[in-house]
Amino acid sequence: MAVAREAEPVSSLREVKEAGLDREDLLNVYRSLLLTRGIEDRGHILYKQGKIPGSFYTGRGNEAASVGVATAMGPDDVGTPLHRDMGVHVVRGVEPWRIFAQYMGRVDGPTRGRDGNVHMADNKLGLIAMVSHLPAMLPVAVGCALAFRIREEKRVALAWFGEGASARGDTHEGMNFAGTRRLPVVFVCDNNQWAYSTPTHLEYACENLADRAQAYGFDGVVVDGTDVLAVYREAKRAIEKAREGGGPTLLECMTLRMEGHAVHDDASYVPKEMFEEWAKRDPLERFRSWLRENADLTDEEEEEIAGQIKKTLSDAIRRADESPLPNPDDLTEGVYASPEDLDTPHHK
Amino acid sequence: MAVKTYLQAISDGLRQEMQRDKRVYVIGEDIGVYGGAFKVTQGFQEEFGAWRVIDAPLSETAIVGSCTGAAIMGLRPVAEMQFADFISCAWDQLVTVAAKQRYRAGTAVPIVVRLPSGGGFSGGPFHSQNPESSFAHIPGLKIVCPATPADAKGLLVSAIEDPNPVLYFEHKHLYRRIKDEVPDERYTVPLGKARVHREGDDVTVVTWGAMVYTADEAAKQLESDLSVEIVDLRSLSPWDKEAVLTSVEKTSRALVLHEDTRTGGFGAEIVATIMEESFESLDAPVKRVAAPDTPVPFSPPLEKKFIPQVEDVLAGLRDLAEY
Ligand SMILES: Cc1ncc(C[n+]2csc(CCOP(=O)(O)OP(=O)(O)O)c2C)c(N)n1
Ligand SMILES: [Mg+2]
Repeated sequence: MAVAREAEPVSSLREVKEAGLDREDLLNVYRSLLLTRGIEDRGHILYKQGKIPGSFYTGRGNEAASVGVATAMGPDDVGTPLHRDMGVHVVRGVEPWRIFAQYMGRVDGPTRGRDGNVHMADNKLGLIAMVSHLPAMLPVAVGCALAFRIREEKRVALAWFGEGASARGDTHEGMNFAGTRRLPVVFVCDNNQWAYSTPTHLEYACENLADRAQAYGFDGVVVDGTDVLAVYREAKRAIEKAREGGGPTLLECMTLRMEGHAVHDDASYVPKEMFEEWAKRDPLERFRSWLRENADLTDEEEEEIAGQIKKTLSDAIRRADESPLPNPDDLTEGVYASPEDLDTPHHK
Repeated sequence: MAVKTYLQAISDGLRQEMQRDKRVYVIGEDIGVYGGAFKVTQGFQEEFGAWRVIDAPLSETAIVGSCTGAAIMGLRPVAEMQFADFISCAWDQLVTVAAKQRYRAGTAVPIVVRLPSGGGFSGGPFHSQNPESSFAHIPGLKIVCPATPADAKGLLVSAIEDPNPVLYFEHKHLYRRIKDEVPDERYTVPLGKARVHREGDDVTVVTWGAMVYTADEAAKQLESDLSVEIVDLRSLSPWDKEAVLTSVEKTSRALVLHEDTRTGGFGAEIVATIMEESFESLDAPVKRVAAPDTPVPFSPPLEKKFIPQVEDVLAGLRDLAEY
C-alpha cells in the first residue's frame, strides 16, 4: 500500500509565481535544462571521437529532476549530486569548460585529472564530489545537515541517491539517523526505473520508495521527475520545511533513464514501448511547450537561448581542449591535506 | 603535571580540545548519558550538551560518513567506535570517501576516529582486534597508536588538529593499567615522530601500542646480558623511518613486534624497509614477532598463545643475539 503523497502537477503561471519563480527565473530554468543536456550530448560526441578516456555517463531523462531540485536550493545549501545530476552542477554555476576538462582528464577539471566523468564538484558552489560507491555520499550529506543543526544554521543539505542504491545499507543508516535527529536534509531519489540492467521490482518490494519515509519518521513525496515545475515546487517545500526545523523529506522523482547505463550499454533489456512512452514526456520538450502556452515564450526568445547555449558549449569545449594533461611528476602530490587546505570558506 | 591513567589522559585531552575549540564534537554509541563503553566521555554531555556529545544509533557507516560531511562543513568531529573491531562496518566511508577526497577532489576531511583496540581480556574474535595495518595500507589515512599517557593526550590533540582523517587506536589493555605523568596544559606530539622508549646498543625492537610494555619487560629481564633499544613508533602512517634506521644502524640487529597478525602486518613493511635501506649494517636477519594468522580466540590459554608474550620476545632477542 502506498503511503507517500503523490505530488500534483503544476499547471498555471500563477501557481509557479506562488512557488517563487518569476518569468526570468523560468527562462533560467529553461537555459539550465538545455545546457545540462547540451553538455552531456557534446560530451558523448567527444567520447565517440576518442577525446574522453574511460567511461561516459549521461542523465538523459533526468534533467528536470536535477535542475528542479537545484533551483529550489538556497545559496548556502549544500548537496552531493550523482552521475545523473549534471543539472545540479549547472544550476549551481559550474563553468561548463571545467566539466569538459574533467571529462577529458585535463588539469583544469575540478579533480585535475585524478578522477573522471561526473566524479567532481566545486566546494565553493556548495557541492561535494561523489564517489563511485553508491550511495556512500548519502551519510555524508546527513553529516552536513548535522553540522548545520549543531551550529543552529538555517541551511539544508541535499542527498541524492538512485533507486537501485536504495538497496544498500548506507541509505538506511543515513535516513534513520537523520530521522532520529530531525536533521535538515532532503533525500532526493532519482528513480529512473533501472539500476544498470536491474528493474525496480528486483531492487525493492514496496510500491514507492518514498513510502519508506514514514518508517523513518518523516514525509515521503512522489513527483513526476519530467515536470521541472512540479519537482521545483516539491523540492522547495521540502527544503523550506527542513530549514524551519521540520526534519527530512524523501522526495522520489520518477523518470526513465533514456539511454543505457553508460554509453557502452545499448539498454536492449529495456522494453521498446517503455522508451516510446517516456519519450513523449521529454522534460525539455514538456517545459518548452509549457513556457509557450503559459509564459508567452516566443520564437525569437527560443532561438536566442538556443544560440547562446550553442556558443557556450563550443567555447567551453575549445577552452577545455586547450587545458593541458596533468604532469605525471605530480602523481604523488596531494594525497594528504595540509593545514592551508582548511583555509576555505566551507571549512570555517 | 599529574599522574594519570592512559584513559584519563585521553579523556582530559579530548575535554580540553572541546573546551578550547567549539568546532570539536564527539559522536558514537552510548557516549552521552552513559559516558561510553569505557567511560572516556564520562561527564561530557553535562558539560557540552547533547549536540556536541552525540549519542548515535548503532550505525557505524552513518557515524563516520556524517563526520566527513560535518568536517567539510567546518566542524572537527571525533567519532568513537565502541570497539575498534566495528570499524569494518565503516570501511567504505573511511577508505572510499574520506581517504580519497583530498587527492581527487582537493577537499580536506579533518576527522578523528577513536578506536579502542587490542586483546588480553577474553574479548574473543570481535572485541580484541588490532586492525591498524589494514588502514596503514590506505593512502590518505593517518594512523596513530599511542603507548603512554602523555603521548595519548599529545597525539590526540595532534590528530584533532590534523587536516586529514586520522585513526586513533587506543589500546584497551593500557586504559587503566598504565599510569604516568601528563602535563596539564595543552600540547601536541607530532605525528610521524617515533620515541625511544628505552636506550640500548645491542638490539633494536620496533613496536607500538601495548607491545611497548611487553618489549620493555623482556628488555629488563635480559638487562645484564643484552642492551635492548625500544623504538615506539607512535604512529604508523606516517611512520618514522629515520628513527628506525638510525637505531638499527647503531645496534645492527632488529626485532619487529606487533600484536596484530603476522602476514601482511605492518611489521612486514618495517622489515622490508630495513632490508632495503640498512642491509649493510645488519649482523643478523631481521626478526618478526607477531600474532599467528588466526582470528583472536576467546578462551584464556588460546588468547595467551595468540598475543605475543614476554617469553616470545625473549626467545626472539636471544636468537638475534646468538646469530
Ligand atoms: C556499491 C556499488 N556497487 C556497484 C556499483 C556499480 N554500479 C554503478 S551504477 C549502478 C546502478 C545504480 O543504479 P541506481 O542507484 O538506480 O542509479 P542510476 O545509475 O540508475 O541512476 C551500479 C550497479 C556501484 N557504483 N556502487
Ligand atoms: Mg536507477
